[in-house]
Amino acid sequence: MSDPSARKPKVLLDAEFSELYRAHLRDVYSYAYYREGNHHDAEDLTEQTFLQAYRHFERAQRESRGRPLRPWLIRIAHNLAANLYRDRSRKPASSIDDTSVLTAPHTTEQLVEGRDELSRILDGVRQLPDDRREALIMRFALGMDNREIARALGRSDGAAKVLIHRAIKQLEKLVGEERPQVAAPDASLADAQLAHDGSDPASVRRR
Amino acid sequence: MNEALPNFELLLREALAPVEPPADLVERLESTLTAITEMAADELESWELSAMRDPRNWARPAAALVVGGAAGTALVLLRARRRAQEASARRSSLAGRGAELERSAERAIRDLAEHTRRLLERR
Repeated sequence: MSDPSARKPKVLLDAEFSELYRAHLRDVYSYAYYREGNHHDAEDLTEQTFLQAYRHFERAQRESRGRPLRPWLIRIAHNLAANLYRDRSRKPASSIDDTSVLTAPHTTEQLVEGRDELSRILDGVRQLPDDRREALIMRFALGMDNREIARALGRSDGAAKVLIHRAIKQLEKLVGEERPQVAAPDASLADAQLAHDGSDPASVRRR
Repeated sequence: MNEALPNFELLLREALAPVEPPADLVERLESTLTAITEMAADELESWELSAMRDPRNWARPAAALVVGGAAGTALVLLRARRRAQEASARRSSLAGRGAELERSAERAIRDLAEHTRRLLERR
């Protein structure tokens, strides 16, 4: 029977940490980038996150009991961001760069067709409260499920699910408000129609 | 309002597409991690020195020294092979702390290696 308190050989720990690093560097960087809003701070945060992770890796492995360590990594980044950048603005210092830095992950076509809309969405994400913004980053940039997000944010699965739902709803509202008001004439028309014939405005808009 | 935003989650996924870390960050980070691994110091500093007072633990530091010597190989897989001094020079904010840690680790490793060698020779 193996001693549960026995330490793994360091060479094995290092190899496993290398795996963790390779598997999640992009996740941590993506989180850091969308969290901080610029590459400079994202680099700093990513670096600090992995150094911190290395220091506590053995304990994290022991306590994770085989569960994935990505939420733990993101939680480190989350805590570091809160601590290291507390004296800065709570929001990203600059708006998330809506064109140049995002060219790499998007195809040219997507950028041309959807740049304005994507830009509005990113602006909206930036306006969300911190916890909602982070939940959306974890879900959509990192592809984390509710359980992982819950672990990263130190909440219950249910609370994470509600948080994401509310974040999406709030973001939809924000983006809708930012969208050019091309629909307004239709609304006016519908209302005018209503005034004219007394019909249901919703049914008029659906026509 | 919401029905005016079809596929909103798809758009959100596009807007928040993963971002690749810059190459210079990858290089710097891997160098730093490799350097830290090569120090192999934390373990030796934190418990072996005190453990040496208990003869039952004399075998463990010796094993740790062997492991410490090989520890660098794992993170070498990360491609970077720079020495700790290079990493310290690049990363000014960590430089002072890194160098101090490294000196302290080297001292501890040297002392322990010598001490352990003597102990093992006596057995």
